[in-house]
Amino acid sequence: MEFFKYTRTFNFMGKSKIALLISIVLVLGSYVLLATKGLNYGVDFAGGTIVQVKYDTDAPIDAMRDKLKGNPIFEGASITEFGSPDEVVIRMKTTTGDVTVDVGDVTREALKGTGNYEIRRVDIVGPKVGSELKEKGIMSLVLAILGILIYVAFRFEWRFAVASIIALVHDVSIALGAITLVGLDVNLDVLAALLTILGYSLNDTIIVFDRIREGVSQSKKTDLEEIINESVTRTLARTTLTSLTTFFVVFTLFMFGGEIIHAFAFTLLVGVVVGTYSSIFVASPVLLWFGFDVKNYRNKLAQKAKREAEKAKMRAQFESGVM
Amino acid sequence: MKLNYRIAVFALAIVFGLFFSFPSLLQTESGKKVTLGLDLQGGLHMLLGVKTDEATKSRIKSIAASIKNFSDRKDILIDDLTFDDSSVSFSVLDIDDVKTIEEYLKSLEGVKLVIDGENVSLALTEEEILKTKKQAVDQAIETIRNRLDQFGLAEPVVARQGDEKILVQLAGIKTQEEEQRARELISRAAKLELMAVDEERAARVYNMSDADAAAYGDVILEDSKNPQIKYLVHEIPILDGGMLTNATVGFDQNNRPVINFTLNAEGAEIFGDFTGRSVGKRLAIVLDGKVYSAPNINERIGGGSGQISGDYTVVEAKDLAIALRSGALLAPIYLMEKRSVGPSLGADSIKASMVALIGGFVLVILFMMLYYRMAGVIANIALIANLFIILAVMSLFGATLTLPGMAGIVLTVGMAVDANVIISERIRELIYEGRSIHKAIEEGYSNAMRAILDANITTLIAAVVLYAYGTGAIKGFAITISIGILASMLTAILGTHGIYQMLENKIQKSNNNRFWFGIKG
Repeated sequence: MEFFKYTRTFNFMGKSKIALLISIVLVLGSYVLLATKGLNYGVDFAGGTIVQVKYDTDAPIDAMRDKLKGNPIFEGASITEFGSPDEVVIRMKTTTGDVTVDVGDVTREALKGTGNYEIRRVDIVGPKVGSELKEKGIMSLVLAILGILIYVAFRFEWRFAVASIIALVHDVSIALGAITLVGLDVNLDVLAALLTILGYSLNDTIIVFDRIREGVSQSKKTDLEEIINESVTRTLARTTLTSLTTFFVVFTLFMFGGEIIHAFAFTLLVGVVVGTYSSIFVASPVLLWFGFDVKNYRNKLAQKAKREAEKAKMRAQFESGVM
Repeated sequence: MKLNYRIAVFALAIVFGLFFSFPSLLQTESGKKVTLGLDLQGGLHMLLGVKTDEATKSRIKSIAASIKNFSDRKDILIDDLTFDDSSVSFSVLDIDDVKTIEEYLKSLEGVKLVIDGENVSLALTEEEILKTKKQAVDQAIETIRNRLDQFGLAEPVVARQGDEKILVQLAGIKTQEEEQRARELISRAAKLELMAVDEERAARVYNMSDADAAAYGDVILEDSKNPQIKYLVHEIPILDGGMLTNATVGFDQNNRPVINFTLNAEGAEIFGDFTGRSVGKRLAIVLDGKVYSAPNINERIGGGSGQISGDYTVVEAKDLAIALRSGALLAPIYLMEKRSVGPSLGADSIKASMVALIGGFVLVILFMMLYYRMAGVIANIALIANLFIILAVMSLFGATLTLPGMAGIVLTVGMAVDANVIISERIRELIYEGRSIHKAIEEGYSNAMRAILDANITTLIAAVVLYAYGTGAIKGFAITISIGILASMLTAILGTHGIYQMLENKIQKSNNNRFWFGIKG
């Protein structure tokens, strides 16, 4: 089976203006969402308590609300269905420091008389831990991006590195926008998903860049736009296939992975789609706009090869001289 | 068919994968197995903070107690013995005794001494305060570990995190009651104090405020069973649990559980002296600030043993004895973070992620076979080998499999085929360009290699950062992703290359590119 044949080259860069427009709209839209609606930090980052309760019938949410009313510890607590009608999650901003009697225990007591239930999960994150996790989270994103930047700059060229980082920021921004749009709780798992998107999207970008690098040094063409079109076309089958297989598994994770992994899977799902798009329509055009000079690069390569050859020659002479 | 080193290495890797993943897959008795994370098997994860200020306070208190002991023993009359959070002060009635006291105080470590005539005051030095705080955390870790070891759970984790935090992880907690017991055991201060009842003023205790009591150097303590009953005791204890050598559960004449404790030689001497001096008075046995009993002293008690009777069940008495034996917490602890997962939720999570894993796996395998035919089958062999190797490596290192870790494996399935997709596409391209099968395979691999390496290394960078900065379950994700990537280099690159080299002649002879690579010609 074949999706794409290499008989003709698609003119991707010709569409880059439209793509630019789409990207700008999506990214700006995401920032507007982030600024107005804002990220919905979950307990991991904001601190607070989550109690997951499973009833053996449908959860009596109204009766639960009644029971929780009055106790200041439950002020502003929200009760929402979690995956199925018999399971609910109670979210509150309060935490307690007592080891023996914590918010979970208070909730257990308070819910008495609402039916047969089981407390399946209690997450308590104190405010100090929450802000620490947030700091660490932001640090990890920044460090990951920096590490990647350095590696790509070292393996390719600085323009490639900057282009791939722009693509990454593009992907993460849109993923964050999507998370804000559907109002997902941002917890550690979402951060892990964002970091995975970084890795995945970069993966895609690098495969394309590798082809462009190859094209620049081997192709007969000298026009960068044509080389990019050729390279993107040649990697198109691979890009589509890998995106598809990854999409398959992330989609099954999203559908069947259970409520707990929902936010993680959703973030990845968005990331896979956006990441694939950005490696073709964001990273490559940026190379073009940054004025990557094919002839210049070839000259450099030729000089480098010449230097290496001279070095090898010197070494050979030196060695034979010694021997 | 010809053998080559690649196929040999690949075969070894498969054997390795199968062999070491068996114990985990079949849950055999022996052999190293993957540990399930708390989120999958259920359990309790807590991050505890230590209130280290309390440790310096109690250090001061015990210095005050030792001054009192010393002056009693040497028959030195002192007055106005008071202390606050960081210093002790008192005055010596006979100025000639100041020298003796000074000598004694100089033998104490880490204190600054100020003597002004008959007035003496001393405070902890800065280094001593830091040291005390550090010790409080060390001691809390040690104590909690001791207590949990005796509690009877398999492999409790107690570790320092940062400067003043303690990580406690208890897997295999099955019931709410068990969790409650564990938490009580961990957080119990278990501070035993033997205190003298202030008999002169005891009758007035119900008309006194805390401030009134403090003016006499006393405190008002409640009875453990009935908070209405109050006792007025001297604030500075006769001795504390630090001099305890053992605590066991026994039964009193009414067959109710009691705790018998034994004191060390020093404690026994102090205890003997005190009881000898205080016949007819009461001795309050105080645990965590509550009076458990206050028996009359009928005679001098030597031998240094005593009994704590209270209204507790056998299980409670047992836990209390454990707590007393493992020592008191110098400073109280508080909850900073808790994650508790019931075993039923863990089981549900395993089920859900297995469905996702198998579902995603089957989809990918079918798709690869359909699209690439034999090349797809070869990629699938590598993919399956990859899964076994991930499991084997995790089992060998005793790594923990968490829910995000499961997601990591699912994701690896999607990404591990990537290498084979890149390689197969390259080979197809080269065949179209008219290369021989041998050339197409060799050049395909060498061309694809650069891209695959660069892509994998960048993903690894992200995974390593995730591991360094992630906590608990997230670390599990970083681990499976990293192992998956490394294993895929072995299976998807080296392994499949070996298979192609082995079949090369066959492929060439068959001249059926549709069958082998899914393309015409």
